[in-house]
Amino acid sequence: MKYLNEFRDGETAQKLFREIDRITTRPWAMMEVCGGQTHSIIRNGVDQLLPKGIELIHGPGCPVCVTPLEMIDKALAIAAKPGVIFCSFGDMLRVPGSHKDLFRVRSEGGDVRIVYSPLDALKIARENPDRQVVFFGIGFETTAPANAMAVSLAAKEKLENFSVLISHVLVPPAMEAIMTSPLNRVKAFLAAGHVCSVMGYWEYPPLAERFRVPIVITGFEPLDVLEGIRRAVIQLETGKHEVENAYGRVVSFEGNKVAQQMLKQVFEVTDRGWRGIGVIPKSGWQLNEEYRYYDAEYRFEVTGIETKESPLCRSGEVLQGAIKPTECSAFGTVCTPRSPLGATMVSSEGACAAYYNYGRFVKVEEIATACPVT
Amino acid sequence: MSSDIDFSSWTCPLPLRDYPNIVLGHGGGGKLSAELVENLFLPAFRNPAIECLGDSAILRIPAGRLAFSTDSFVVRPLFFPGGSIGELAINGTVNDLAMSGARPLYLSAGFIVEEGLPMAMLAKIVERMRVAAEKAGIQVVTGDTKVVEKGHGDGCFINTAGIGMIPDGREVGPARAKPGDAIIISGTIGDHGMAVMSVREGMEFDTVIQSDSAALHGLVEAIFAVSNEVHALRDPTRGGLASSLNEIAAQSHVGMALNEDVLPVKPDVQSACELLGLDPIYVANEGKLVAIVSSSAADAVLEAMRRHSLGGDAAIIGKVVAERAGMLTARTKIGGTRVIPMQIGEQLPRIC
Repeated sequence: MKYLNEFRDGETAQKLFREIDRITTRPWAMMEVCGGQTHSIIRNGVDQLLPKGIELIHGPGCPVCVTPLEMIDKALAIAAKPGVIFCSFGDMLRVPGSHKDLFRVRSEGGDVRIVYSPLDALKIARENPDRQVVFFGIGFETTAPANAMAVSLAAKEKLENFSVLISHVLVPPAMEAIMTSPLNRVKAFLAAGHVCSVMGYWEYPPLAERFRVPIVITGFEPLDVLEGIRRAVIQLETGKHEVENAYGRVVSFEGNKVAQQMLKQVFEVTDRGWRGIGVIPKSGWQLNEEYRYYDAEYRFEVTGIETKESPLCRSGEVLQGAIKPTECSAFGTVCTPRSPLGATMVSSEGACAAYYNYGRFVKVEEIATACPVT
Repeated sequence: MSSDIDFSSWTCPLPLRDYPNIVLGHGGGGKLSAELVENLFLPAFRNPAIECLGDSAILRIPAGRLAFSTDSFVVRPLFFPGGSIGELAINGTVNDLAMSGARPLYLSAGFIVEEGLPMAMLAKIVERMRVAAEKAGIQVVTGDTKVVEKGHGDGCFINTAGIGMIPDGREVGPARAKPGDAIIISGTIGDHGMAVMSVREGMEFDTVIQSDSAALHGLVEAIFAVSNEVHALRDPTRGGLASSLNEIAAQSHVGMALNEDVLPVKPDVQSACELLGLDPIYVANEGKLVAIVSSSAADAVLEAMRRHSLGGDAAIIGKVVAERAGMLTARTKIGGTRVIPMQIGEQLPRIC
């Protein structure tokens, strides 16, 4: 914890704010890619203290938010099947499908369990040989190695009652989609540190070159984020577009090679739909031919899914950084964490939930005057 | 805290021993029920009122304002580091009474036990209750037991209700906070919730996180001994400190402004929270109180709390303001601000 507190130190933060203020000569818009970064920025009020010209655009890096509605509906259908034990990370349980969420399925008698790792689900499968155990394997490159490991172990053990519903998405294709979008305003990226801890950042130099966009690998604590911003501003102000690693204590250029090997063994690249954004070519992973037996989509006949998104929800624009959550007319009125219209309001890493949970339904200027005396 | 007790040595358990597990008959009102009362509950809670074995306990109480409270206890696992459902059932209701400024006097205890619960486990829970009641100086004077079929309960549920007397001159309530008041917490937050969660989720840390389960009426007495200028008291259980302060803010029509930098959180609790993506301000406590005290009395109350064994880490964490009525805000460690709203449901561990 001492290690963490060092990256939350108020005095150092103030120094970095002053430094960023000093080097900024004109407005810049940059995107923090990962939802964890968005969460940290809003929770700590980083954006309130930046110079006026620096705009942080919140990226699509919240795995819960971008999992397509069709996949949620499939999960709900599988979870409701008799005999199935459906295992998921906790924050997927409240994500609304077309008609309900996993909590509802559980209240209606479905056996839905919160686990912390696909390996926990594997254990449940071993302990319940007469039940079908399904793990909802979503997320970016960060969560993929554990899922790959679970599938590879299941194959080794010939565990026939285990499968995964896979909806993995990949960060670099999403960054590319953002840069080619006509709505794009992003001038620099704060790349997702944890994704890079697995994948390294060898995928980024071509992106930086092609779009002439600075990419700074950035961590999650307030000081990490500030350092990422500082380096991005320096590049922007000096007309550079390089890939820089500001999260060196965790990320290396090559990344985790063992994990990458495991991913290669189990997954293959596929086109993937992103909730609120649409299909991005080659932006996801699915189980390859050799491991398809463990793919829940193949194991369970799930048909007749007709998805229905809320017509009011603008999460797609939020995810692409085109609007801020507060610009959506449903925000904080008909759409709240209690009754979310879209996934960005559910996950703690979703931009809408971060805005709501940390009180951004009140004007920033209004809450900024709250200064307790102790 | 007494740890494992030797079931065979502490009562005359012969008839109970014939039943190593609870059966439906133990809640049926017949001979088995009577044996349970006689061999388990009476020896544990022995006092004149309960020994009458009437349909009600007959009590003589002093004149004045009576506080009356009830709470039900449901926890999985039943035993966790630093406590069990037994301590919670006693301390929880004692604390609810104490938060009204009352001196707790008597409790009732209702058990809903699942068929098949090991008798030794129930005995252990009751023993924990006995020790907690003794420590708190409160009597359990009436009780009831029902048994539900296997699969229809989570081992053991307990309801306790209690009464206490509020001495003259104490005027506390969630609607009484005033702008300018100081907000004082009696110690580190989130200990209980993370103790339970770390066992439930099989997380292992260098040190075992202990629940803070404790009866707080002694601490409350210590506070009132130095000042009656206490406007509101809360024990931040479910929903944590954030929920308690939001409730007071709403009912008193005031704002609450915290300074995150001075919120006391144990390092291992903080680490466990980081790991699961939880915020300790929303995590349950079972042995902490938050006091809203007029600013002139704040230092004296803080000192009194720190002198008490349950208030060593007490800290002034913020103040009540007139602005932003109904809202809890905090200055973050790096100098930003955030609103801390009520939590919708449970906090959900996040994905990565």
